Amino acid sequence: MYPNDYRYTKDHEWVKVDGSTGTIGITDYAQHELGDVVFVELPKVGAQLKAGGSLGTVESVKAVSEIFCPVSGDVTEINPALANAPEKINQDPHNSAWLIKLRLSDAKETAGLMDASAYEAYIAEKSKEHSA
Amino acid sequence: MRYLPKSPSERHEMLKAIGVGSVEELFQSVPEKFRLRAPLDLPGPLSEMEIIQYFQNRAAENARGFGSFLGAGVYRHVRSVTADALVQRGEFLTSYTPYQAEISQGTLTAIFEFQTLMCQLTGQDVANASMYDGSTALTEAVLMAQRLTGRSRVLVARSVHPEYRQVLATYARNLGIEIVDIGYTQSGQLDRAAIEKAKLGDAAAIVAQSPNFFGVLEELPALAEAAHPAGALLVTCITEPVSLGVVRPPTEADIVAMEGQAFGVSPSYGGPYVGVLATREKFVRQMPGRLAGQTTDAAGRRGFVLTLATREQHIRREKATSNICTNEALYALAATIHLCLLGKEGLREQALHNLAKARFALAELEKIPGVRRVFSGPFFNEFTLEFPRSVKMINDDLLREKIIGPYPLGTHYPELTKRAVVCVTETTSRAEIEHMCAAVRRILERPV
Amino acid sequence: MSSKSTLNEAPAAVIRKAAQHVVQNEGLIFEKSAPGKRGMEIPPLDVPAVNPAVALGREFAREDVEGFPEVSEIEVVRHFTRLSTWNYAIDLGMYPLGSCTMKYNPRVNEFVARLEGLASEHPEQPGEVSQGCLRILYDLQKCLISITGMDAATLQPAAGAQGELTGLLMIRAYLESQGNPRKKVLIPDSAHGTNPASVVIAGYEVQNIKSNAQGQIDTDHLREFVKEDVAALMLTNPNTLGVFEERIAEIAAVLHDRGALLYMDGANMNALAGIARPGDFGVDVMHLNLHKTFSTPHGGGGPGAGPVMVRKILEPFLPIPVVVQRENGQYALEHNRPQSVGRVRAYCGNFGVLLRALAYTLAYGPGIRQATEDAVLNANYIRKNLEDLFDLPYSLPSMHEVVFSDARQKARGVNTMDMAKRLLDYGFHAYTTAFPLIVPGAMMIEPTESESKEECDLFIDAMRSIAAEAEMNPDLVKSAPHSTRVGRLDEVAAARKPILRWRPADEKELAHDA
Repeated sequence: MYPNDYRYTKDHEWVKVDGSTGTIGITDYAQHELGDVVFVELPKVGAQLKAGGSLGTVESVKAVSEIFCPVSGDVTEINPALANAPEKINQDPHNSAWLIKLRLSDAKETAGLMDASAYEAYIAEKSKEHSA
Repeated sequence: MRYLPKSPSERHEMLKAIGVGSVEELFQSVPEKFRLRAPLDLPGPLSEMEIIQYFQNRAAENARGFGSFLGAGVYRHVRSVTADALVQRGEFLTSYTPYQAEISQGTLTAIFEFQTLMCQLTGQDVANASMYDGSTALTEAVLMAQRLTGRSRVLVARSVHPEYRQVLATYARNLGIEIVDIGYTQSGQLDRAAIEKAKLGDAAAIVAQSPNFFGVLEELPALAEAAHPAGALLVTCITEPVSLGVVRPPTEADIVAMEGQAFGVSPSYGGPYVGVLATREKFVRQMPGRLAGQTTDAAGRRGFVLTLATREQHIRREKATSNICTNEALYALAATIHLCLLGKEGLREQALHNLAKARFALAELEKIPGVRRVFSGPFFNEFTLEFPRSVKMINDDLLREKIIGPYPLGTHYPELTKRAVVCVTETTSRAEIEHMCAAVRRILERPV
Repeated sequence: MSSKSTLNEAPAAVIRKAAQHVVQNEGLIFEKSAPGKRGMEIPPLDVPAVNPAVALGREFAREDVEGFPEVSEIEVVRHFTRLSTWNYAIDLGMYPLGSCTMKYNPRVNEFVARLEGLASEHPEQPGEVSQGCLRILYDLQKCLISITGMDAATLQPAAGAQGELTGLLMIRAYLESQGNPRKKVLIPDSAHGTNPASVVIAGYEVQNIKSNAQGQIDTDHLREFVKEDVAALMLTNPNTLGVFEERIAEIAAVLHDRGALLYMDGANMNALAGIARPGDFGVDVMHLNLHKTFSTPHGGGGPGAGPVMVRKILEPFLPIPVVVQRENGQYALEHNRPQSVGRVRAYCGNFGVLLRALAYTLAYGPGIRQATEDAVLNANYIRKNLEDLFDLPYSLPSMHEVVFSDARQKARGVNTMDMAKRLLDYGFHAYTTAFPLIVPGAMMIEPTESESKEECDLFIDAMRSIAAEAEMNPDLVKSAPHSTRVGRLDEVAAARKPILRWRPADEKELAHDA
């Protein structure tokens, strides 16, 4: 379920590194918690983001979730499909519903993030808390 | 007490069921020292008859039955008792905000119709379910322009209603918004040369009213042409929306703020009224206030719901587009019913009557020695005159004849003493106009 | 409780308050429109007609309003009457909505608001012919001052949220006059959403403070939060759980010690009128919601009015105009107030709403205490009769409202929203579901004093029945409502592809009507 080559944050974002390009999205766990996504607000191309800073929001009918950028960089692309079809985030959060691409300032920033198995363990803990 | 549906024995039963001896025990959590021992010092209790008497006495102390030539943002227009009867139905009057859509389809359908009518009138794409009034609608429009452009300077025509500008100033002060006043020319319209000098590249918006406070129509296409290339927006405000029956809609404006009082809402000494906010589709997510949207249920039946709620305070809290919650729903409904009764032909006819009567009054007044028209720009139902003596003195004399006179501009425009804005609507009869002109003539003939 | 019904059959529960009945269908008014029809006529023109293109100039003239409805009077009457029958209303029964105070809207208030000589008055007309209006405002001010124990008032704000903003602006102006407006306002996590939104518009920063384990202000640790840059604490009392903050005097003292002020959101005043006065327990500034405590009609979402009551120290900062009585007994609007925060709206306020609130207050007089007692009695009666079935997250005594949670029913997959929807089938409006935020799965219930014992008992029966259904037939509750004109509406589609206005025939029809 969670691609091995991605890295994950505690706030349920993922980042995939390809040389100096980072692709960022939210995880399947996040989309499930949110419910049906109705709108996504993304930064403009050229925006400079810092690790931990806000990169935008994802909205469901009754809630707004801020998305935090896992790594630092300049925005090179935003996903054009999401403006008209925000539901893609529910359908395919790890692939076609990527949010932004960045030119990374420092690829080593991913070292502090969780790998797939660590993330799976993390959300397993969270699920236990919820049903407690 | 007639509003309380419990007998003493029922109260007793309920206290027993709760397991307390007296109702005092239910207030234990209020510290002893704060609990009132004596009844409050309040007038009453009054029976229904006495309440009516009190208010009838107050009504007798006002201007009941007076004629009026006063506009200035609040207008005497035709109203229908049919609309008033419908608005008093308990299911409209005493219903709550339509958060539970399944049992609020009446309210939601009517809001959808109101939104549609406001779009049709203003030529904009979307309109919300109402704001408090025109003054706060304009203020919120400016705040919207600030959010949309990221700029904090606004160029505001002095010919925008003075009280609207005061409200804007109160809100703007703490939001880092700088207001630059733009003057008017001898046509009474916004001074475009002053706009050019005012560094539009830093401005979030040009703000103009049309018809403006002097009654004059602004040339909005030219203002849009100045604003848009500089990345600024055009925000327009309309206090007399009956004008839209005969004046072209402000389609060049990016955001339109309007006061809907003229659509069947009584003047009622200042409120409640109904604010309107309308804008282009691309700006909808920055728009404050409630929005009713069309959708379906699982069986495919059409229905309406409050939508795009993530803009609002109950979800976004400190990041909301506005703090507005309760708005003016019942008066939006009243305006909707009124406009449906009036209809396309009725609105046009009403607007034509306003045009005609205002021009008749102007012609009659200009015959009086010493009275002359100020501002040459086109007008709808209000125009500005200069008088040979203080407007306040003339109005005092008119009042003795049970006529409320025109609005003295000197109150808010120190350079415009002895000038007043005269308003004439379809409710002003020819006889009333002639009577007022004769009175003014008599007053001006008296020695000072 | 029998649970043999399937999802599509009429529910098997015994529903005493309501029965299904034929209700008229109706489309949109635009769908009835046809050229040549009209619903209102105006008297013939008695002056020469003018040509708009000539009078205004061609570039200003408009042909007509495209798409505007053309219907007859009877069609309008039927249209809106039919629409009205699709609504629930106080006139039909209880709204158990917490924090909304949905009480009876007396009809005499509607009558007096419409009197010729009151409804007809122009806000800019001379003061000498407005004495009746001004006295109404002045008398209302006096009543509200009496009820709240404060010193001065403004009636200008159009709603509670605007009242909050006005109060905050006055706090800022006062602190500025003392040399430093400061930066932050403390807001408990149980606060209504308008509170933080208003703080931001006043140019302050929101600092959220966590409620303690009882759901109240953490008074023990409050001192740590009230730093020198804190301008005020905004609290609701009783709070949004319906519980009185008994340590309010301490809270006020902590704030005043540091030169900060106490703002009280007066939304829950229905628990206090005639019992206790905020001015006595340390509040510096507060607003009232006249469309809650003072019976003015909700009207489907407004109008309201949010008068702000202040202590003497804040009086110089009141918005203009201020309603005063001069020495000669005449009433007037005073504009010359150099320290005023300015105006928050045009003219002096929602006069029609203020007038209704005065009529309500005159009806009760000092007897207003009885209304408060009945409100608290009703809430506690309901609490007592439901606390065996629903989880009570905070056990402190309730005043005029009680907050349960859906924790027990959650085990069967039924949540607060589901039960709220099922309540519609029982002939009631839902209780408040999404608020306060500190109670996940909140069920906030406020009956008000307008409910008879009979209506309270019907509500209790309905809730007990729904609790049983949640146990035995959870799907029935999860797919509710079953007996309304439309079922649960697709809010996701409404938000993804908003359709916010009607457009003429060439638009694709989405679906057939109900």
